Amino acid sequence: MNFSGLIHDFGPLTVTGLAQGAIYALFALGYTLVYGVLRLINFAHSEVFIMGTFACLITWGFFGLDQNSAQPSVGGAIGYLLLGLAVAAVVSGLTALLVELVAYRPLRRRNAPPLAFLITAIGASTVISETIGVLTHHNPRGVPPMISTKPVVHFGNTDITGLQILMVVLALALMVLLEWFVGRTRLGRGIRAVAQSPDGAALMGVNKNRVISLVFLLGGLMAGVAAVMYVLKIGDTRYDQGFTLGIQAFTAAVLGGIGNLRGALVGGFLLGLVGNYGSGLFGTAWHDAVGFVILVVILMFRPTGLLGEALGKARA
Amino acid sequence: MLLEIDNITLLYGRIQALHGISLQVDEGEIVALIGANGAGKSTTMRAVSGLRPIASGQIRFAGQDITNMRADLRVIRGISQAPEGRGIFPGMTVQENLDMGAYTRRDRAGIQADLKRVFELFPRLSERRKQAGGTLSGGEQQMLAVGRALMSRPKLMLLDEPSMGLAPMLIQQIFSIITEINQQGTTILLVEQNAQQALSRAHRAYVLETGRIVKSGTGEELLRDSSVKDAYLGVA
Ligand SMILES: Nc1ncnc2c1ncn2[C@@H]1O[C@H](COP(=O)(O)OP(=O)(O)OP(=O)(O)O)[C@@H](O)[C@H]1O
Ligand SMILES: [Mg+2]
Repeated sequence: MNFSGLIHDFGPLTVTGLAQGAIYALFALGYTLVYGVLRLINFAHSEVFIMGTFACLITWGFFGLDQNSAQPSVGGAIGYLLLGLAVAAVVSGLTALLVELVAYRPLRRRNAPPLAFLITAIGASTVISETIGVLTHHNPRGVPPMISTKPVVHFGNTDITGLQILMVVLALALMVLLEWFVGRTRLGRGIRAVAQSPDGAALMGVNKNRVISLVFLLGGLMAGVAAVMYVLKIGDTRYDQGFTLGIQAFTAAVLGGIGNLRGALVGGFLLGLVGNYGSGLFGTAWHDAVGFVILVVILMFRPTGLLGEALGKARA
Repeated sequence: MLLEIDNITLLYGRIQALHGISLQVDEGEIVALIGANGAGKSTTMRAVSGLRPIASGQIRFAGQDITNMRADLRVIRGISQAPEGRGIFPGMTVQENLDMGAYTRRDRAGIQADLKRVFELFPRLSERRKQAGGTLSGGEQQMLAVGRALMSRPKLMLLDEPSMGLAPMLIQQIFSIITEINQQGTTILLVEQNAQQALSRAHRAYVLETGRIVKSGTGEELLRDSSVKDAYLGVA
């Protein structure tokens, strides 16, 4: 174990951990929203995310931007970024919606048992992933330079880039927006009602299927934003890159308390940090394993995750 | 006729819970549905509110066939149910639960007026506006369920055992409130174990036995009926 290494690199590990955590957090929201309302783990959510990465890169490709392009001007970069975020969010959101309509709703109408949903979830995930694989010839696609990687903040051995700040700020801002939507608006109240008592919600005049569609859409939108962050941070995407990251994001959701929006944020950042500190301590090969060990330990003490479940609190 | 149920049957998987039930509720009435445990009272309510699809027969509401209408759309037509076991939203405050009752409405002023009315009927709820529904006592949850059902300003209210689990004092009170709600213009279909109270409050009543209607009449007639007395009124 390399304690002095961890202490020496504590600053940089924290910064990159938070940035990674922002991706986990936004990605995890989709799992948590769907689980909170349907008690369903949407395994196809990792492909919802991957669709977002390609949507963003293909959009930029329309403008002739690829990994060999020159850095656009600041104004241009902001424009491309906003466009990339919007397209990725919409494509991921619609993909999530399509998965719900094609893979889950027909089963719900037939009162299928939970295991049937699990199988279609895995099926939908495989179909989307393989389709993207074929369409992209199983090649990775690189990201054009967008945001300068020069640090904007600098102290000791810790550098913070503009991208890292953007990621964390965006994750926090979207989280606040989502909390407001679910907590304060009429539609948000409808979501909580379905989560807490589906029959009770129907008796109040809530259209359950519409709420469920909305929940998939919201989770997809967040995953789309996470997808843009991811390609900018990692530098490329490939049809099969969703799986591991999906597991991590799902872990984050469980860590924070699945079904709990704030839990996704806490779990995401925590997993990002812990994975990084773990790599500092044991070497980068252990990055993912450390996350799971921490998950198991936390679940032993808090079986419902750090913040417990909130959307469907004490569901009858 | 506000509500007409015509020869409906209902299945839970292979178990048949309703074997051809017909009943009517006229505008302005309180109609009681009494019967032993498992007779199919709650199931009949679920068929009317649309929580459970029926296998055959027809349900008409205000002259319109609603047999295949989704539950949430029936709320918009004017049917509101306070379900058995209350079905309140445990993670929402009393206020939010009541707001949910008005989910389909947009008339802010009207909603405010109805909220005031609910708080007048149930002052206890007013004191506990900010409390989570799940932390209310059983009796308070019952009041919340009735209050919430009122918030959609229904034409027809389905009340499934509103007196369940209430102290004797509160039972009197809830039945008085039901009568009051009815006098203010809401038609009520009432399921009750407390047959004495239900029959004395209701204009008309039906007796349900293993998924069939075996008797009907005015509340007074059934109160005097010897077989009803033996079976449901606990008079030897
Ligand atoms: N979800 C269900 N699945 C299977 N059978 C059910 C279901 N709900 C009710 N039943 C059955 O249907 C029959 C009627 O039940 P219902 O709840 O309508 O009775 P009830 O008259 O309301 O009784 P109680 O007075 O105990 O509330 C019962 O035999 C019951 O076991
Ligand atoms: Mg019942």
